[in-house]
Amino acid sequence: MSSEANKVLTKPIFDNNPIALQVLGICSALAVTSSMANALVMTLAVVFVTAFSNLFISIIRNHIPSSVRIIVQMAIIASLVIVVDQVLKAFSYQLSKELAVFVGLIITNCIVMGRAEAFAMKEKPGVSFLDGIGNGLGYGFILMTVAFIRELFGFGTLFGIEILPLIQNGGWYQANGLLVLPFSSFFVIGFIIWALRQWKPEQVEKD
Amino acid sequence: MASNKETFGKTVGFVLAVCVVCATLVSFSAVQLKPLQVANKLLDQQTKILEAAGLLEKAGDQIVPTFEKYVEARMIDLDSGEFVEGDVINFDERRNSRDAELSDKPENDIAGINRRSHTAVVYLVKNDSNQIDTVVLPIVGSGLWDLMYGYVGLESDLNTVRSVIYSDHKETPGLGAEVLNPNWKALWPGKKMYDNNNEVAIKIVKGGAKKGDVHGVDALSGATLTSVGVENTLVFWLGEEGYKPFISKFRKGGLN
Repeated sequence: MSSEANKVLTKPIFDNNPIALQVLGICSALAVTSSMANALVMTLAVVFVTAFSNLFISIIRNHIPSSVRIIVQMAIIASLVIVVDQVLKAFSYQLSKELAVFVGLIITNCIVMGRAEAFAMKEKPGVSFLDGIGNGLGYGFILMTVAFIRELFGFGTLFGIEILPLIQNGGWYQANGLLVLPFSSFFVIGFIIWALRQWKPEQVEKD
Repeated sequence: MASNKETFGKTVGFVLAVCVVCATLVSFSAVQLKPLQVANKLLDQQTKILEAAGLLEKAGDQIVPTFEKYVEARMIDLDSGEFVEGDVINFDERRNSRDAELSDKPENDIAGINRRSHTAVVYLVKNDSNQIDTVVLPIVGSGLWDLMYGYVGLESDLNTVRSVIYSDHKETPGLGAEVLNPNWKALWPGKKMYDNNNEVAIKIVKGGAKKGDVHGVDALSGATLTSVGVENTLVFWLGEEGYKPFISKFRKGGLN
């Protein structure tokens, strides 16, 4: 893999993370991070949608009339999201029930739209595709980290497997009720952003 | 380049082309995946009904054959309690409740369902000697956030509880969502729904039911409104506006 492609793919994970630096796609990060399994499926769905919407939009970028370009991008993104939703319902009914409306809401996830408008409209299909995967992974990295903390300390489990036995099941761990609720993700994401900026101080905004 | 792609005709043509391609993609996936989705949904429902009937362990991964062997779905008219003809596979209580022709407003809507379908589908579960051994009744009622859907399994006396299984809910994880906790579900078997005067007596007791209380079940800690919702749902569906006419007829043996 060339170094440029490598950069496009990996930069969004730490250096230009869509959630931690650009602060996009926060609402779904709050909603689906109560368990690792949900976060993983959501990550895969978003990777798929950003990658292919970037690819298709990049392929036709020179033909899209600029007066209707947002609508065209939306149509492509929405179609991909519907396909993902249908596939999920067909192959993983239980998870699609839990993720419910949030799969559909990938359409409104600013990351997808943002990458289409900011990257795929200008760049070649191959590199746009990689950029889509990279940004999906950047989103997924935050999602999985948040879900790891929330599921481990909120439920005492990881991927549904018991790690810290709960008091109500005869163990010793008192689950943290705060982490079970969606808004606790704000705190967790806040700490992740803080940690990232300690590690990479160039991400701190100048006053 | 900008000038020649911005004409009105080209813009309309381009948008139409995108729409056609997207529509084809979406309809192709929807049509292709439909049978799998329907099968999944049915499998999920059958799994819950078998769980309510206490047959899930016996079924193992043979959900569909076990369901077909032991479970008979019948439609009933809730007001009269009589069996009626109907499409039990595609029956959807909530869809009926949105149709004024097929539903009416309960007089005492404690379950918070707004409208109730005239008909319901009940599941008669037979044992190996072909006797009806469990009756599984679908229930729906408001929890804290939204309607909660579930099944009640009753033994053949139609009073003793075999199970209370929720299949679909939006309660708070860790609090109200503990209706799915195996420890809480294990409190239900053996409880009695009705007292000696044949009134609905099942209740959820905050702070824990007394030992030997056949009508009381411990409330979920931290989830008062969910617990109240469960109690109201059961009281509604086992009462006169729910399955009681059917249960009374069935007990007399007229329906077996």
